Amino acid sequence: MREPLKIITGRAIPLDRPDVDTDQIMPALHLLRLERSGFGQYAFELWRKDPDFILNDERYAGAPILLASRNFGCGSSREHAAWGIHDLGIKCIIAPSFADIFRANAGSNGMLAIDLPEEQCDILIKRHKERPEAELVVDLEKQKINLSGDGVELEFSVDPFTKDCLLNGLDSIDVTLGALPSIEAHEKKRPGYLPRVKK
Amino acid sequence: MTAPRTIVDKIWDAHLVGKDPLGRDLLYIDMHLMHEVTSPQGFDGLRLSGRRLRRPDLSFAVIDHVIPTCDRKGPWKDEMADRMAEALEKNCRESRITLFGIDDERQGVIHVVAPEQGLVQPGMTIVCGDSHTSTHGAFGTLAFGIGTSEVEHVMATQTLPWKKPKSMAVEMKGRPSRGVTSKDMALEMIRTIGVNGGAGCSIEFQGKAVKDLGMESRMTLCNMAIEAGARSGIVAPDKTTFKYLKKRTFAPSGADWDKAVKAWRELVSDTGAVYEKRVVIDTRSLEPLATWGTTPGQCAAISGKIPDPDDEPDARNRAQMKRALEYMGLKAGMPLEDVKIDCVFIGSCTNGRIEDLRCAARVLKGRRVAGHVRALAVPGSGLVKKQAEKEGLDEIFKEAGFEWREPGCSMCLAMNPDVLGPGERSASTSNRNFEGRQGRGARTHLVSPYTAAASAISGRLADPREYL
Repeated sequence: MREPLKIITGRAIPLDRPDVDTDQIMPALHLLRLERSGFGQYAFELWRKDPDFILNDERYAGAPILLASRNFGCGSSREHAAWGIHDLGIKCIIAPSFADIFRANAGSNGMLAIDLPEEQCDILIKRHKERPEAELVVDLEKQKINLSGDGVELEFSVDPFTKDCLLNGLDSIDVTLGALPSIEAHEKKRPGYLPRVKK
Repeated sequence: MTAPRTIVDKIWDAHLVGKDPLGRDLLYIDMHLMHEVTSPQGFDGLRLSGRRLRRPDLSFAVIDHVIPTCDRKGPWKDEMADRMAEALEKNCRESRITLFGIDDERQGVIHVVAPEQGLVQPGMTIVCGDSHTSTHGAFGTLAFGIGTSEVEHVMATQTLPWKKPKSMAVEMKGRPSRGVTSKDMALEMIRTIGVNGGAGCSIEFQGKAVKDLGMESRMTLCNMAIEAGARSGIVAPDKTTFKYLKKRTFAPSGADWDKAVKAWRELVSDTGAVYEKRVVIDTRSLEPLATWGTTPGQCAAISGKIPDPDDEPDARNRAQMKRALEYMGLKAGMPLEDVKIDCVFIGSCTNGRIEDLRCAARVLKGRRVAGHVRALAVPGSGLVKKQAEKEGLDEIFKEAGFEWREPGCSMCLAMNPDVLGPGERSASTSNRNFEGRQGRGARTHLVSPYTAAASAISGRLADPREYL
């Protein structure tokens, strides 16, 4: 059971670069750890050496929302990338598209990945570049993003199972174990020629 | 009469356990491959929740990412790498998982070792906490990379809640000319459909050019499917597949073999199966390619020039190209063959198999690596190394001036001692040319084993056709 995710309110960091890969989000050198925690300090490590990089802008400090560009999180399957972003306090990432594995990893860590049409993402990126103090309210239950103070509301779609898991803080393994009889039944009918690595 | 199905449809239907209480489709996993980097937190999760690993007999592990490729007698210089290897050994012992450890002559890169052992067979579902798990689709398996939470999920349940991937067909027509490999075919595909062109899809590779490939080359092709954004790639199994599998350690034998082959023969997409996307690539006009930028899609014919960002109409793409050229220290319009390199890396789960080493050796035989170039040959597994030595390939590499190393992920990803320094430039047979992938500030040009070998000799990116 993790903390349920219902409404996310706050500033949004516009990271306007396409194809941000997981080697940028979490350089491989920092995967040499046995824990799940403590990755935030290394997130975007190389880009953060540039003082003009958006994550170094104090005005976005503590923002819970990341506005990204297309194909965010491409490359490696390392969940360490999602752990790092989560460690930075991000609860929601909005982008025109995500890499499939990263999207799953975000969900596994209680982060909401929202796909919006590119035009809408562009509007958000422009808004939050120009007005770093502006806030967004993301309502997962209603599937709406409110551009606070602007009188604009955007709708988004989300996979119903991801929504269920996030809203209720469900443990995915617990849910699956609820189907144990079906798993056992399947195991009985697997072909005998399939490989088994006997120890 | 059932609707025509793709191979993926058939594998999907055969592995669908049912729905879990949330209504998610549960997919049974036939083989869970593991390595030291993405598994420890999964094992920890199991311990913390008091769960047990459900099927040790359907799990298999190697140490590959952090292992040094020389001076590997422990303790290693990198204390953390040492601890990660130890953690995997302990976790596998406790959970009764077979591990090919540091001293095992069969150790190597997981995506080289598993097929080599016959653990990858047509029709299976295979996962690993590694994006290049797509490699195994070469055998007609549904194989995909997963994150560590999913690794833990498979450990505990041997299933994954999964959404069926969309179907996409990439047809490779014709016969490529000499010196053009499946690595070039893969790069051409990525250039054509883009680095997220396969997102949400499983790519089925079809056509004469694919049928003509050996298993090693098919693995290279499927390996790179993830670089086009597809979690899995797949090739219909055929005689080439069966021949590769026969007599492998974990392949079926006797009556089981006949039964298996009968089932495997059914694993072709039905006539009339519908694909949501279809792309055709004519391989007859294909040339050896090399990347010039920082995504695998930023590539061009080795005989060509680096494109000009100012010719790109889209502002965001233009900015991305400019950033890439700046990082790579290159100028628009420059011929690729003028690009001077410092290092050549031949190896990885993409191109570290015996056939890859044979290709490189064909170019290197009787020639010398350019004086300023450091060249590494890293076999993908201990058995690949042994085979290469049996064929005398190691002598060809060494006489040319290559370092002949022990198996591991090596310079593919900068998490072991094989790294490039800032600003250093490589011609590499690996899979990713992202910023910093091979070391901080390092610059990577992705190429085939032929092109890597030719570049080692020339000291610049080079067209291998002049050496064949």
